[in-house]
Amino acid sequence: MAQWVDACAADAVGNEDVIRFDHAGRTFAVYRSPEDKYYATDGLCTHEKVHLCDGLVMDNIIECPKHNGRFDYKTGQARGAPCIINLKTYPTKVEGGRVFIDIA
Amino acid sequence: MGGIVIIGAGMAGARACINLRASGYEGEITLIGEEVHLPYDRPPLSKSTITDEQEAGPIWLLDHSIVDSLKLKTLLGMHVDSLDTAGKAVVLGDGRRVAYDKLLLATGAKPRKLPGASGDHALTLRDHRDAIELRRRFQPGKSIVVIGGGFIGLEVASSALKRGCSVALVEMQPRILMRGVPEAIAKIVHDRHVQAGVNMCVGVGIAEITAHAVKLADGREIVADTIIAGIGAAPEIRLAQQAGLAIENGIACNAELQTSEPDIYAAGDCCSFPHELFAGRRMRLEAWRNAQEQAATVAENLLGGHKAHTNIPWFWSDQYDLSLQIAGVADLGPHVVQRVPAPGALLLFHLADDGRLMGVSGIGPGNSVARDVKLAEMMIAKQMKPAAAALADVSVPLKSLMKG
Ligand SMILES: Cc1cc2nc3c(=O)[nH]c(=O)nc-3n(C[C@H](O)[C@H](O)[C@H](O)COP(=O)(O)OP(=O)(O)OC[C@H]3O[C@@H](n4cnc5c(N)ncnc54)[C@H](O)[C@@H]3O)c2cc1C
Repeated sequence: MAQWVDACAADAVGNEDVIRFDHAGRTFAVYRSPEDKYYATDGLCTHEKVHLCDGLVMDNIIECPKHNGRFDYKTGQARGAPCIINLKTYPTKVEGGRVFIDIA
Repeated sequence: MGGIVIIGAGMAGARACINLRASGYEGEITLIGEEVHLPYDRPPLSKSTITDEQEAGPIWLLDHSIVDSLKLKTLLGMHVDSLDTAGKAVVLGDGRRVAYDKLLLATGAKPRKLPGASGDHALTLRDHRDAIELRRRFQPGKSIVVIGGGFIGLEVASSALKRGCSVALVEMQPRILMRGVPEAIAKIVHDRHVQAGVNMCVGVGIAEITAHAVKLADGREIVADTIIAGIGAAPEIRLAQQAGLAIENGIACNAELQTSEPDIYAAGDCCSFPHELFAGRRMRLEAWRNAQEQAATVAENLLGGHKAHTNIPWFWSDQYDLSLQIAGVADLGPHVVQRVPAPGALLLFHLADDGRLMGVSGIGPGNSVARDVKLAEMMIAKQMKPAAAALADVSVPLKSLMKG
């Protein structure tokens, strides 16, 4: 069953950018793509558990700030060394100017 | 048919295997390493391996399941004694020969030892066993003296302090991090160590080292339960040198990472090469990402490609809560522009006379400078000439300069 939580205001995330969202002891990363669509993934890099929110978003890629591992944040796919494990992704929706993610 | 033989099962060797298979190569790959382990990550050795008692073991770069799925032949705990370039084979410590069509030297580097008797009293850090030995000795209240204010020495000092040791660090040069790190950033690192309680003895030579003390040239004597030398590393060139390959601060390669022997390539800490983006300057990089990226370039060229290695040099270090990142070649950019992206953080941009961005150095708590360093790295790769005023102005996002 879906479990939607209110993550942030839609305009809190810059275009082609990412912010951190913590909820119930878990940490997520919420992205806004260059086309102004919203995406969400687990907040920590699968390589060494670094917060991805400090990383750089380029098109559909988030690059880890620590060791430059890369993921496609739309699919979660690991796209560059040293990352080999994919990132978990979560559905999102925007309602009333807020971004919700389904953390179920 | 000997296929591809790789000597050195570290970062460069491991990533070369992965890249060769990713490129569709189906021939034989033999990975030979003198350590008993499969390839593992070295950066944690001066950081979490020492501070984290619970660390289960090395962080693997290749595990058994990957070795199987990549169909690698591994010879671990096996020293390569010599190369027979005429016969295109490597000679193992036990006398066996392994034939190759193409050979990759990924032999890394070895810590320099202090000369004379001093060397016998000082430990060094390169492999997992060394790190475990340091962890065992770094008990609360123990006195640790680190010789050398380079990255490894500073990280070891930081880790020893975290374990409750009392720590002194001795650097002969007038300041720490003389090589490759601008003074303003080295000062932030220095001050952080002082604040943490490290006895920083900088600009002073060593008169004598005994089993339990370091005597400084100015007469001070520091007692030590453990002495560690972090005075740099020398490229592991023995095999190449004996085989008559060209040597120039490492195994001398061309831009395609090919040695003076056409069927032999080199990558990682042992390899020196001319960098085409930096006026062909010959460099040898002792850096984690370089080993990873050179492995990708060299895999392509082992398979017949002709790719020049043009990735931007990049390095990071962690000490206490601070992270430092450096990209490009700072000393090719004499004009320095400063940016303060967050409290306690500092970025320096190094611009050439013609305005081209050549290097960036940044330090700050956590990953506070990571994004900006990455953007600057992209500008360096594109040979951009960003306006100095914009670089200095934090209200101008660096990303906006990329699109200009
Ligand atoms: C303690 C420590 C901390 C570090 N921290 C950082 C950091 O924070 N950031 C950063 O960017 N870089 C860091 N580095 C550097 C980084 O780890 C190296 O650049 C990287 O490991 C180089 O990889 P390599 O494959 O070239 O060499 P190595 O990893 O050294 O692998 C070479 C291997 O070849 C083997 N070998 C050599 N000769 C022979 C022979 N004749 N026969 C068989 N085997 C042989 C060696 O035993 C070794 O296992 C650190 C290094 C150390 C030691």
